[in-house]
Amino acid sequence: MKKKMAVLLTGAMVMATLAGCGGGDAAPAAETAAPAAAEEAPAAEEAPAAEEEAPAAEEEAPADDAAAPAADGELITVGIINNDPSESGYRTANDADLKAAFTEENGYSASFAYGNPAVGNANEDQVKAAQQFIQDGVDYLLLSAADTAGWDTVLQDAQDQGVQVILFDRTIDADESLYAASIVSDMDKEGQTAVDWLASQELETYNIIHLQGQMGSAAQQGRTKALDEKVAAEANWNMVEQQTASWNAENAQQIVQSVISSGKEFNVIYAENDDMAKGAVAALDAANISHGVGKDVIVMGFDCNKWALEELLAGNWNYDGQCNPFQSSYIDDVIKTLESGGTPAEKVIIMDEKGFDASTITQEDVDNYGI
Amino acid sequence: MANSEKTSSVGSLKNLVRNQCFIPIAALLLLAVFNLIVDPAFFKITLGYNSAGNPVLSGFIIDIINNGSELAILAIGMTLVTAASGGQDISVGAAIAIAGSVILRVLCGGNARPETLQAPIIVAFLVACVVAMLFGAFNGVLVAYFKIQPMVATLILYTAGRSIAAWINNNELPVISDPKFAYFGGFIPGIPIPTPCFIAVACMIVIGIVLKVTNLRLYTQAVGINQSSSKLNGLNPEMIKVLTYVILGLCVAVAGLIKVSRVSSINYSVIAKDIEMDAILAVALGGNALSGGKFNMAASIIGAFVIQCLTTTLYKFGVSSTALPAYKAVVVILLVIVSAPTVREYFDTIMKKIKISKEVA
Repeated sequence: MKKKMAVLLTGAMVMATLAGCGGGDAAPAAETAAPAAAEEAPAAEEAPAAEEEAPAAEEEAPADDAAAPAADGELITVGIINNDPSESGYRTANDADLKAAFTEENGYSASFAYGNPAVGNANEDQVKAAQQFIQDGVDYLLLSAADTAGWDTVLQDAQDQGVQVILFDRTIDADESLYAASIVSDMDKEGQTAVDWLASQELETYNIIHLQGQMGSAAQQGRTKALDEKVAAEANWNMVEQQTASWNAENAQQIVQSVISSGKEFNVIYAENDDMAKGAVAALDAANISHGVGKDVIVMGFDCNKWALEELLAGNWNYDGQCNPFQSSYIDDVIKTLESGGTPAEKVIIMDEKGFDASTITQEDVDNYGI
Repeated sequence: MANSEKTSSVGSLKNLVRNQCFIPIAALLLLAVFNLIVDPAFFKITLGYNSAGNPVLSGFIIDIINNGSELAILAIGMTLVTAASGGQDISVGAAIAIAGSVILRVLCGGNARPETLQAPIIVAFLVACVVAMLFGAFNGVLVAYFKIQPMVATLILYTAGRSIAAWINNNELPVISDPKFAYFGGFIPGIPIPTPCFIAVACMIVIGIVLKVTNLRLYTQAVGINQSSSKLNGLNPEMIKVLTYVILGLCVAVAGLIKVSRVSSINYSVIAKDIEMDAILAVALGGNALSGGKFNMAASIIGAFVIQCLTTTLYKFGVSSTALPAYKAVVVILLVIVSAPTVREYFDTIMKKIKISKEVA
């Protein structure tokens, strides 16, 4: 048992190393891995040796329909590499949106692959899946990378094979020439919109409990930056507590409980996602501190979960900033442009993102923007 | 005369120090004294009313007892697993996600936003118990019958658990609006003490009685100390190991109920994140050998509250968010080193030397 595991592990490591440098000789045992794709995909034969190290049978390996040659019909083949849909409500909505948009009725033949964060390196999973898609000769590769680094070689391969790459949701550290377009959220802008909204409330003093997301994540950095700058610039903005709750409702609850127990005054909760805002509100409720529109404490969240927007509608929260997971229409536009021989006007397309105010939100907004 | 008195006082001191509960209690006292000096308000408990108009107690001490409940419950199961199998279950966090997800699945009946509960809460909880115990049995069988290192065996569920949890609810994030469901992680109307405290105390009483009236303690220790000799004495070591994992599964289901009830919802990727490490730490802080054998249940439970006390203290002082894990690590390293058997032996020999030198004098 142990020996077998060791062999497997070693094998995985070898492949990981190869995938990591993205080149080198074909890995052993790779042949078995390349599924029916090899026969069907027209591009497979010209594929350089490097491609043949395509990863060992991942269950996410592209379905055979993706490999159907484009000439077969008018269907545009897309390989979509995303992160694990169970990661968050955002990701679930994102995945569902893509699945709903790239259907045969809409003229697409799509295959999906996911990086699984639970088994070590999601990025490596994704790199392997990308290599597989390129080998299958997809027309477009849509990518939301787990890590920003390590993609140059794969994207170079894609370019050599004539596969157009479109990044969505997350950018990567690679030369701009390697991808056709990048459709992203501007986290800095999300934070700025929220802080501007807060400033527009014109409180006499702002005593803020700031619940941060997982430190170092793009969303945390963007949403923290605007608030930090404002607190530093304004005399009547005070940070009562700034602490990471790692996106976790329960940690947020503990942190706010602790602030309440220590008797510090506060009138704003700036939570970097809805879950943490929810945890904070649970702590407020337990201490009988009123919150919401026209109440003692202003509650702010991000991500626009449906249940959160309903809290806004009920007036229990004050603000929710959108992090738009619906990229498919933007991607669709880009592909249409590219198909008609044009080039997208901008390489980096920043999505329109709203901030909802509890005093103006409508049921329609909840239905349209809730995720 | 005076001499013998001295020896006996040294002896009783030694007994005190030797008691397994000494280190965790000392750590708890140290944290308490530290908080007392820096800010006596730490111990203030106030009776107030929550937004629903029900009486609630609040204060740091209440926070610690409240938030430490799940960890204490898990420490019970983890101590048994450690004692019997000489290894730890690192999948409890993922298993809590599964148990919590099952509870919500049963309560919601597949609809992410139910108006009313689709099943009684007790039914949902019992289903979650069965599921969690099955997963516990799965871990136990891998460890006991296939002789896989516990940490490796439970790594499987650690890796897959949160995905399984998400799959149970079709990747949706159910939210329960029925206020009754929030009782388990909050307050029962009219009772000012947080419900998780009662649940934790109930678990402690149950395990106390079980250890008292059954042979569970003797058998787990026997298996942990020497598996083959326990077998020769007519025990079934494999069965007992599986049993401890199943008991841990039950603890996981209880902790899962409290966790999902606290927020009336679930987030698969962050619920009970890293709690397995805290649970293992609680066992270690309790001075229990992580290689199995004899154990002290009370010490483990106190260890769990030490960890929660530390967390709450750090939150209270608003330790910069990036530095928080580092502070925690430093304190933990100190505690673990002090409670390590080798260090204790070293102190024992020093004690003996003092005693001898005194006798010689």
